[in-house]
Order: sequence, then structure tokens, then C-alpha cells
Amino acid sequence: MKPNSENIVEIRKLHFTRNTRVIFEDVDIKVPRGKVVAVMGPSGSGKTTLLRLIGGQLMPDSGTVIVEGEHIPRLSREKLYEARRQMGMLFQNSALFSDLTVFENVAYPLREHTDLPESMIRDLVLMKLQAVGLRGARELMPAELSGGMARRAALARALAMDPSLIMFDEPFAGQDPISMGVLVQLIRLLNDALKMTTIIVSHDVKETTSIADYIYIISDGRIMGSGTPEALAESSSAWVRQFMEGLPDGPVPFHYPAQDYKNDLWEMPDAAG
Amino acid sequence: MLLVRRVHALGRVGVLFLGDMGKAVLCLCHALIGKPDWINGFKRLVNQLYFVGVLSLVIIVLSALFIGMVLGLQGYTILVKFGAEHALGQLIALSLVRELGPVVGALLFAGRAGSAVTAEIALMKSTEQLSAMEMMGIDPLRRVIAPRFWAGQISMPVLALIFNCVAVMGGYIVGVDWLGVDSGAFWANMQSAVDFQDDIVNGIIKSVVFGTVIMWIAVFQGIECVPTSEGIGRATTRTVVYSSLAILGLDFFLTAVMFGVT
Repeated sequence: MKPNSENIVEIRKLHFTRNTRVIFEDVDIKVPRGKVVAVMGPSGSGKTTLLRLIGGQLMPDSGTVIVEGEHIPRLSREKLYEARRQMGMLFQNSALFSDLTVFENVAYPLREHTDLPESMIRDLVLMKLQAVGLRGARELMPAELSGGMARRAALARALAMDPSLIMFDEPFAGQDPISMGVLVQLIRLLNDALKMTTIIVSHDVKETTSIADYIYIISDGRIMGSGTPEALAESSSAWVRQFMEGLPDGPVPFHYPAQDYKNDLWEMPDAAG
Repeated sequence: MLLVRRVHALGRVGVLFLGDMGKAVLCLCHALIGKPDWINGFKRLVNQLYFVGVLSLVIIVLSALFIGMVLGLQGYTILVKFGAEHALGQLIALSLVRELGPVVGALLFAGRAGSAVTAEIALMKSTEQLSAMEMMGIDPLRRVIAPRFWAGQISMPVLALIFNCVAVMGGYIVGVDWLGVDSGAFWANMQSAVDFQDDIVNGIIKSVVFGTVIMWIAVFQGIECVPTSEGIGRATTRTVVYSSLAILGLDFFLTAVMFGVT
């Protein structure tokens, strides 16, 4: 497969099921190089699964997942591990190694993959930490960091190998307004400054639309809408509008399907009857 | 119909068991076979030797002391009836070197180190640290499992030997210092009865086998656990239960082979 210079990630006709539950059905997603692309959707719509499919941690039932011209599901184990060095991933709960300091966490991929001298590793780590504003916190242990700081430290670690693609799994979930603002700004800034491509998986509409170039909205295994943030805001689809504006009722009903309310109240439990 | 259902259920359990065994073998092969990374691998091994081996020392030494003392006391009360209390050293040494040292040492080791390794790996899994490693292009099986496995295998025989030495001292304190068995007879009988090849080496082989099995169960339960708090609890319990059963079952088998009817 020849590298497609325009799209860094191309997903075509993706099918994925887990324990007979269909997660993705005929999904097509393209991520253009250098852009910030967001994948949004309600909780449980398989957004994280999508990132795991791109990273090759899960295999699709059918369809293609191409990253940097490499057909991820068809790669051998070694090739897959090699391809992953081009990807950085930020997990929802940061996934910092709890037995290592912030400095050692960021240095970890460098030590594992390169034979750089210690002085150069130190410089590289300090540069990454400076970029996320945590150079002063390098001797702290992950348990001593606040949620926002932990996420920034994990971001520095994901950047350590200078990936061309970086994926964020719910970067804004559970963040206070200040660290949310910091993260929003960092994601956009780093994407442009380091000439990376960013995929954000999130359900925080306001933050995500403020930095994304293109948005895919998925639900029930299908793409419900896609386009630039402006185009989606004016979408004619009632579903997309309900999601973007956070309306409590609409095509996604407030009530879980149930029988008629009045009948339900009148009905006697079996034991009593 | 009931019979058919039972056979069906049995078959399913059997298939699940075989599937798990296969997974466990694959997991271990994957972790251990491959190009070794001597320098970093050695550092990780030393680190794990500390956590798995050195930190188990206290419980091993204390238990050994008490077990030796109980052996001394029980052995004396029986031997003295036959006027054979001078054979106390022989009794203590043989029961320790052949059985109690490797077996009780391994049971304690499974409770202390095995459960800790399972809980640690399971927690790494549930906090996505293993996934993060995978996404960095680093194989978590090689980095996480291999050092713990080797550390367990190296520590177990050493801990069993320490157990034996301390327990003999415990027996000596009770038998000789307290109950008045002759010190010379105690040591001389022990020396003549214990054979290096038959007793000590066989005991070491047992503890190497137990160390391997405990660590294998521990790392596999950690890797395969359901990443929830309940799942981690279950995995840890399973490590202790399965290891204990495996130790006792294997002990019978190994004893039959080593000391069985000739």
C-alpha cells in the first residue's frame, strides 16, 4: 500500500462486533494530515474502541484501517509495534507508570527505543515537559499530580518519540475549567507547532468544536453526521442538533423504552395478585 | 436429559480449562522467548528480586523459626518415649529439607509474593498502563512478565534454603537448649542422615518447580484479570488458591518420583 500523503488515517467499511454487539457498521473515516479531527458521540458509542482499532490493539471483523499507508490489521507483531512508534496516545486516565517519576515516565519510551546518551535524553525530556508546562514538576510521582497535571505529563510522554499522529481519549473528561482551558489550547498549539495530526475522541461539545477542524459524530455504530464545526451547528439532522446542543429530549428519547406509564402503575406485582 | 446436560457442562468446563492452559503457555513463551536485553533486563530483574524475594524474607524467617521450634517440641515428645531423642536432629533436618522447607516456603511465597505480583499487574492493566506500553511500541509481556517470572524462580529456592537453616536453628533452640538433647548427637545424627544429592538437591529442585508454577500462575492471573476492582480481588484470590493447590499436588508427584518406592 502506497502512503497516501493527504490522509494519515483512512478507515473504510469498518465492521466491528464485540460479544455479538455491533459496535461499528460500515464506518468510513478519513483523517487529513496536519488537521485536528474529532470523533464525538454519546458514551458507549465505541469512540475509544475506534482509537484502539487505529492503534491495532483490536482487530476489525472486516474493512480496512490504514495509518501512514500501513494496513494495520494485516501487520505482523513486529511491524505493528514499529508502526505504533509513529503514534502517540493519551489514555483517559493518563496511564502514567505509577512507580516512575514524571521525568522517568517521559524518558521511558526514549530509553526503550533509542540508544541516546543520558544528557540528550535529559534535554529531550525537559523540552517535552517545558512544552506542557511541567518542567518544574519533573521529580514528582504520578500520585502527587492533579488530574490535569497527570494528563499533561501523559501528553509529554506521548510526544516523546515525536509521533506524526496523536490520539486523545476523552482529554477533557473530569477536568476543572482551568486545566480544561490549558488542555484545549495545548492540543491545538502542539498540533500546529509540531506539524502533527490529532484525533480527539470526546463528548465535550463546546471544547471540542473550539479546536477541531473536522468532526465525525458516531452513534449506534454508524456515522450520524460529519463536517466542520460550523457546518454541524447548522445541520438539518435533528439527531445531530440534539447532540450538539445537548437537548434532553429528541430523537434520542429521555425515557428508556418501557410500556405505558399508567398501565405500569396500575399493574399489580405477581406475588400480590 | 439431565445426564446430557451434565456431560455438556463438563465438556464446556474442560474446553475452557484447556483454552486457559493454552493461553497461559503462549503468554509465558511470548514473555520469555526472544532476543534478550541484557543491561536493562538485568536492572529490571534486580528490582524484582528485591520486591519478590527480599521483601518475603521476614515472613519466611519468622515462620521458619516457629515451625522449627514446633518440630523440635513434637519430635522430642515422641522420640523420648523410645529413648531416641538423640535422633531429633535427623528428624528435623529430613522433614525440613525434603518437605517442609520447599512446601511451606512455597505456600508462604504464594501468599506474599504471588498475590502481590497478580495485584500489581492487574492494577497496571486496569489503569491502562499495559495498554500505554503497547501503544508506545513496547511489549508489556517482555517488560512486565519476564523479570517477575525469573525473579520468582531465583528467589524461591534461596528462600527455601534460608527457611531450612532458620528452622533447624529453631529446632536446636527447643531441642538442645531447652529440652536438653545432646548438642553433639543432634548435629552428628543430622550430618550422617542428610544426603546432599538425595535430600538437599531434590529439595532445591522442588522449590525451583514451585517457584516457576507460582510465578506463572501469578503473572497469568494478573494479565488475564477483568480490569475492575472486583476482578482484581478475584484474580488475587485465584493466584493464592491455584498456587497452593498446585504446590501440594506437585509436591506429591515430585515426592513419588524422587523418594518413591525403589
